[in-house]
Amino acid sequence: MTTTSVPAPTVASGLAALWRHSLAGLRVLLAFTVLLGLAYPLAVTGIAQAVFPWQANGSLLDAAGERTTTPADAAGSARLAQAFTGPEWFHPRPSAAGDGYDSLTSGGSNLGPNNPDLVGAITERRAAVAAAEGVDPAAVPADAVTASASGLDPDISPAYAALQVERVAAARGLTSHDVRELVAEHTVGRTLGVLGEPHVNVLRLNLALQGLG
Amino acid sequence: MTSTVWITLGQVGLLLAALALVHAPFGAYMARVYASPRHTRAERAWYRLVRVDPDAEQRWSTYLFSLLGFSLASVLLLYGLGRLQEHLPGSLGLPGLDPDGAWNTAVSFTTNTNWQWYSGEAAAGHLLQMAGLAVQNFVSAAVGMAVAIALVRGFARSGTDARVGNFWADLTRGVVRILLPIAAVAALVLVANGVVQSLDPHTAITTVEGGTQHALGGPVASQEAIKELGTNGGGFFNANSAHPLENPNPLTNLLEIFLLLVIPFSLPRTFGLMVGDRRQGWAVLGVMAGLWAVAVGLTTWAELAGPGAAPAAAGAAMEGKETRFGLAASALFAASTTGTSTGAVNAMHDSLTAPGGGVVLFTMLLGEVAPGGVGAGLYGMLVLAIVAVFVAGLMVGRTPEYLGKKIGRGEITLVALYVLTTPAVVLVGSALAAVLPAGLDGIQDAGPHGLSEVLYAFASAGNNNGSAFAGLTVSTPFYNTLLGLAMLIGRFVPIALVLALAGRLAAQRAVPASAGTLPTHRPLFVGLVGAVALVVVGLTFVPVLSLGPVVESLS
Repeated sequence: MTTTSVPAPTVASGLAALWRHSLAGLRVLLAFTVLLGLAYPLAVTGIAQAVFPWQANGSLLDAAGERTTTPADAAGSARLAQAFTGPEWFHPRPSAAGDGYDSLTSGGSNLGPNNPDLVGAITERRAAVAAAEGVDPAAVPADAVTASASGLDPDISPAYAALQVERVAAARGLTSHDVRELVAEHTVGRTLGVLGEPHVNVLRLNLALQGLG
Repeated sequence: MTSTVWITLGQVGLLLAALALVHAPFGAYMARVYASPRHTRAERAWYRLVRVDPDAEQRWSTYLFSLLGFSLASVLLLYGLGRLQEHLPGSLGLPGLDPDGAWNTAVSFTTNTNWQWYSGEAAAGHLLQMAGLAVQNFVSAAVGMAVAIALVRGFARSGTDARVGNFWADLTRGVVRILLPIAAVAALVLVANGVVQSLDPHTAITTVEGGTQHALGGPVASQEAIKELGTNGGGFFNANSAHPLENPNPLTNLLEIFLLLVIPFSLPRTFGLMVGDRRQGWAVLGVMAGLWAVAVGLTTWAELAGPGAAPAAAGAAMEGKETRFGLAASALFAASTTGTSTGAVNAMHDSLTAPGGGVVLFTMLLGEVAPGGVGAGLYGMLVLAIVAVFVAGLMVGRTPEYLGKKIGRGEITLVALYVLTTPAVVLVGSALAAVLPAGLDGIQDAGPHGLSEVLYAFASAGNNNGSAFAGLTVSTPFYNTLLGLAMLIGRFVPIALVLALAGRLAAQRAVPASAGTLPTHRPLFVGLVGAVALVVVGLTFVPVLSLGPVVESLS
C-alpha cells in the first residue's frame, strides 16, 4: 500500500477542483447530447418510419376505417378516445382530459378514493348512462362511470359495449343481433391469456358500424 | 374470483420467468463491463474527443468531484434548454419555462427523479424532450450505476489508498455498453406495438362527429424505452405510461415493467460476482425480491378489493385506470414503479384505493430498495446490510464486519447519516408544506388524503422516485423550488456518503472470516436486512403515515 501525501482540502481548492471537473463534465455532456439526444432518437425515428410507418405516426384511421399516416385524411387515432355523444354511436369512457378527450391535456381526475366530488360524479354518470341505455342503474359497469387514467382510453369493457348495443341498433335501424356480432368481432381478449383485461376499441367499432348500413 | 387470482399470478409469473431468465447472464455481463480493463476502439476515440483520462484510478473524493461536476453541468445545460426553449428549433412554438419550473425540471431529470410539474405535451417541445430530458434519462441512470459499482469495488478491494474506479469510464460504459443497446431494441418493439416515433408536431384533425382532436407526434418510443430501463419515469405525455401512445397494450405494459425491473434485479448478481461470492448477491436479491413481492401482493389485493366510497359507488376501483390494463396490471405497475424509483405510472396514483396508495407510498419511503433505482437500489440495500450487521454485532458484542470489512465508527457514521438524510428531507419538506399557506394552497383533497398528497410529493422527490399524487397542484414557485431542493439533497448527499464509505472500505485490508463472523448469505440475514428496512422506515414515518393513509383507510 502506497501512501501519497494529499494536501489538506480547503474551500478554494475544492471549488477549483469542482470547476475543473465541471468543464470536463460539460465536454462529456455535450458529446452525450449529440449521441443520445440526436443520433439515437433520429436513428430510431428513421427505422420506425421505414418499418412501422402507421404505428410511428400515431395509428391514424380515416373515416372508412382504413389506415393512414396523413393527419389531414384522418378521422382519429385508433389508440386515442374521441368524443362520441350521438345515440347512433358507442360511447367511450368519461374523460378528465381537458374538457374531455383533449389529446393536448392527457390525464385523469386525480380525485382521491373518498373524494365527495368524485362519488357525486360517479352517481350522476350512473344515472345518466342508465337513462340513456334504458337499463337499471345497478347494471352499469365500473368503466362507464369512472374517468380513465389518460383521459384518452380508447377502449371500453365488453360489458359496457353490450349495454349500448340496443340503443345503437335502434338508432341505426339495425338488428341488435348484428350489432352484437360486430361487438364480438371487435372484442380483444387478454394477451397470452393473462395480461390485461378484455376490451373493445370504440373508434374501430364505430367506424365498422357504418359498414352495416 | 378464483380466475382473477390465476390471471394475477399468471402475469406475475410471466414477468418473473423473464427476469429469472436474464438476471444471471445480464448480471454477469454488467460485471464484465465494469471490471474489464480494455476499452473498445470507439470508446478510446470518445475519450480522446472529450479529453478525459479513462484509466486513472480515482480516489473516492476525485470520483465524487467528477460526478458532481458532471451533474452540475447537466443541471445548468438543462436549465438553459428549458429557459430558452422558444428560441430553439423543434420547440413547437412553446414558450420557455419559468425560472422556478426550469430549475425544478433541471434538477428532477439530473437526479434520476423525473418529477414533472408540467404536462409534457403542453410544455416541452421535441428538442427539449430529446436533447435535454432523454439524455439525462440515460446519463443519470449511468451515474447511479457508477456509484453502486464504486461501492462494490470498495468491498472487493483490499488495502488500496481509497481508489474506487474511474467515473468517466464507468459513466461511459454504463451508457454505451448497457443502456443504449437495450433501449434501442426496446424502442423499436414499442413502436411496432403502437408507440409514436416521429418528429411531427401535434396536428389538428376532424373527428367522426365533427369535433377537433390533435394527432400526436414526437420521438416518444426512443424516450419511453430509456425512461423505464433507467428507472427515470418522466413521461413524454402528461398521462405517462397510462397514455395509449406511450403504453398501447397489455404486452407493452409487461415489457415496460420488465424494463424498469431488469437492471435493479440483475445488479445483485453483478455485486456477487465482483465480490467473489455469488451467495452474497443472492442474499441481497432475496431482500429486494421479498419486499417487492409483498408490495405487489398488498397493492393488488387493495385494488381488487376496492375499498373506499368512490370504488364502492362505481363497482370497482377503475377511476384513473385504463381498460386494457385493468386492476391487476395497474397494481403490478404501481408497486414496481414505486419500488424502483421509476415514477412512471400506468394508473393515476392519487386515485388508488387508500390502502393501495398507502402501500406504494410506504414502498417509496423504504428508500427505494425494493428493488430500487438503477444503482441506487443496490447501494441503498448495501447500506441497509451494513446497518443489519451492525445491529447483529451489537447483540453479540463484537466488531461487526461485512464481506471481510470491519464496520467501525467511521463507517457506521456515514451509514447513519445516509439513513437519516432522506427522512429529514421528506419530513421537513412535508411539514413546511403542511403549515405554510403557499403549501396548503396546492392541496386538492381536504383531510387525511390532503396530507397524503403532500407526503407523497416529498417522499417522491426525496427518494428520487418522481411519481405523484397528482391532485396536488405543484406548478407553483413554492413547490417547484422546495421539491427541487428535496430532489437535489435526496440524491447527492447520499451519493457523497456512499462514495466516502466506498473509499474507506477500499482502503481497509480485508479480514478473513472467523467462527464468530455473522454469515451474510443465509436466510437469517436476508430476514434481518428486511426487518431493518421495515423497522427503520417504520419508526421514522409511522406518525405521519398514521395521520395520512392509515386514517384514510380506517375512515
